[in-house]
Amino acid sequence: MSGATLERGLNAFREQMNAPIASFFSSCVNCGMCAEACLFYTETEDPKYTPINKLEPFRRVWEQEYTLWGKLKSMIGLTEPVTDELLAEWEELIYDGCTLCGRCSMVCPVGNDISYMIRRAREGFVAAGYAPEGIKGASRRAVTIGSPMGVKLPALQAQIKHVEADTGLTIPIDVEGADYMALLSSMEIMNFPEYLEALGRIFKQAGVSWTISSEAFEATNSGIQIGSSDIARVLVSRVVSAAEKLKVKYVISPECGHAYTAIRWEGPNLIGRPYDFKVVHILELLDELRASGRIKTEGTEEDRLTFHDPCQIVRKGGVLEQPRNLLEMVTSDYVDMTDHREMNWCCGGGGGVSANERAEELRIKVFKRKKSQLDELNVDTLVTACANCRLIIEEGLEEYRMEMPVVGLTEVIAEHLVEDKE
Amino acid sequence: MTTPTDFLLWVRGPGFDIALVVFILGVIIRLLEVLVLGRKHDYSEPRGGELGPGLKTVVTRTLPETGSFKRAPFTVIGGYIWHIGFFISLFLFVPHIELINATLGLSWPGIASNLVDAVAAVTIVTLIAMLFSRLTHPVKRYLSGPEDYLTWLVTFLPMLTGYLAYHRMIDPYPLVLGLHILSVEVLMIVFPFTKLMHAFTFFIARWYNGAMSGRRGVQS
Repeated sequence: MSGATLERGLNAFREQMNAPIASFFSSCVNCGMCAEACLFYTETEDPKYTPINKLEPFRRVWEQEYTLWGKLKSMIGLTEPVTDELLAEWEELIYDGCTLCGRCSMVCPVGNDISYMIRRAREGFVAAGYAPEGIKGASRRAVTIGSPMGVKLPALQAQIKHVEADTGLTIPIDVEGADYMALLSSMEIMNFPEYLEALGRIFKQAGVSWTISSEAFEATNSGIQIGSSDIARVLVSRVVSAAEKLKVKYVISPECGHAYTAIRWEGPNLIGRPYDFKVVHILELLDELRASGRIKTEGTEEDRLTFHDPCQIVRKGGVLEQPRNLLEMVTSDYVDMTDHREMNWCCGGGGGVSANERAEELRIKVFKRKKSQLDELNVDTLVTACANCRLIIEEGLEEYRMEMPVVGLTEVIAEHLVEDKE
Repeated sequence: MTTPTDFLLWVRGPGFDIALVVFILGVIIRLLEVLVLGRKHDYSEPRGGELGPGLKTVVTRTLPETGSFKRAPFTVIGGYIWHIGFFISLFLFVPHIELINATLGLSWPGIASNLVDAVAAVTIVTLIAMLFSRLTHPVKRYLSGPEDYLTWLVTFLPMLTGYLAYHRMIDPYPLVLGLHILSVEVLMIVFPFTKLMHAFTFFIARWYNGAMSGRRGVQS
């Protein structure tokens, strides 16, 4: 992030240009439909949050440098250049006002994948030095300390000790040749250690050979959020090295949305080669264990429940059926929100927004979308599968004085797990 | 070009040739500009295919997503009406088919002229309503620049002049017919340089959207 200049930003925009982006910009007719799919517009009614508008600086680079007509217009001074002032003004729109949730990409009539464009446009913003301090700080901590929240190995070891003491389980560390290497998000380590406990219990019961790496346990990737492939590559490489060193067959992405995007979809492209291992989301693995009969549950939740689909895991990740298969095992009064699965509404804190303190007021405001989704259902408990969504939703519920427990799906499964007596 | 007939002859002859060359070359250049950029190889392990989901999205995106449709019904319905009306007027009006047949040797059955007339009237009114919406809807007004109004105008004029010519509302007839053909030529010339290109590139955009999603196991 040092030496960020406008020129570097423009170069980054150019590096990100490709046929999909050019086809998207060529196709937009400013119909405004994407606004109706975006919680930042629906909850603020401020047209500046229209998704396609967030791309204006990137659009200008495309028009002026990648179209014959734009080049001609530039020559005679009919176009407006991308300036520091423009990027400074748009920084708020592209970082605070977008969670990369990808809902707009599902409704655009001409088929523009707008969140794909925003992810790429952020590369230009960060290279030019226009990124929020909060995400910059998280990225710095991730690179230097190993975690965006500054969580170091001793903190994980302390949590492991607690879990082991509470449950009598052994949490395997650095076991070479294990089948699975589990990753955790800092939030799970610090705020939701019940996830780790759930993993331990489920894997013991199912006889899953697994381990955690002391060198790369952090799943989150601030580089993906800030939009810096350089940072993202450093963070992904740590996981890849650790997994290849331990010779595992699989890496398990935890209950964290963008971590899944980072390790599953972007990671191989960041390092420029396929992995020697496969990446599975924890819900995919649990569903496999369910389907093969390796885990069984007993009893069901008495509460009326719903599931919040984390955008990066469901809409952008393709883990669609697994959460509902698992919920079906342990619920008797389950109900979906009106817009769910790939059309679910974001919690408002994805894509780096939760790490961006400046965006808090806006984030609380747009949480009204989730609030009204929940108000319609009259549910007692919300289940999700992303520690970030979970924290954001807890904060939102508190802000709007709604009493509702928010729990992780893996823990719910663990609670109902049929365990062999020792 | 001293008389209306001279004018008509020019727009039907050299004028049309110029417009056609600009249109065809322009569209080819614009499509190449997009396609030559390509995209990098994706090393992530695919969950699903690209081709099928891509083609499916090309088709399915024609229908709106329920929630956003409810929030913006006018944009969706207005969009359908004028696009369909425009294509009916362009491709199912018998004199247009005869012209295409004379130029390209392709022919298909048309529909009754008075029916096309009614469709054209609805299309014209809808286009005016769409312009009004663009000027007043907060999002559309915010997004719109000169190009949005230019493309509206060059789309509207062929409809309007066609209507005027059909009803012979301007004398002499060669003048109004000439104006109609001229307006189509303006549309053809403006087309490749503006967002009117979406009429071709939306196939590519929808395909990429569906393909990239399909790879992740989601039908977009």
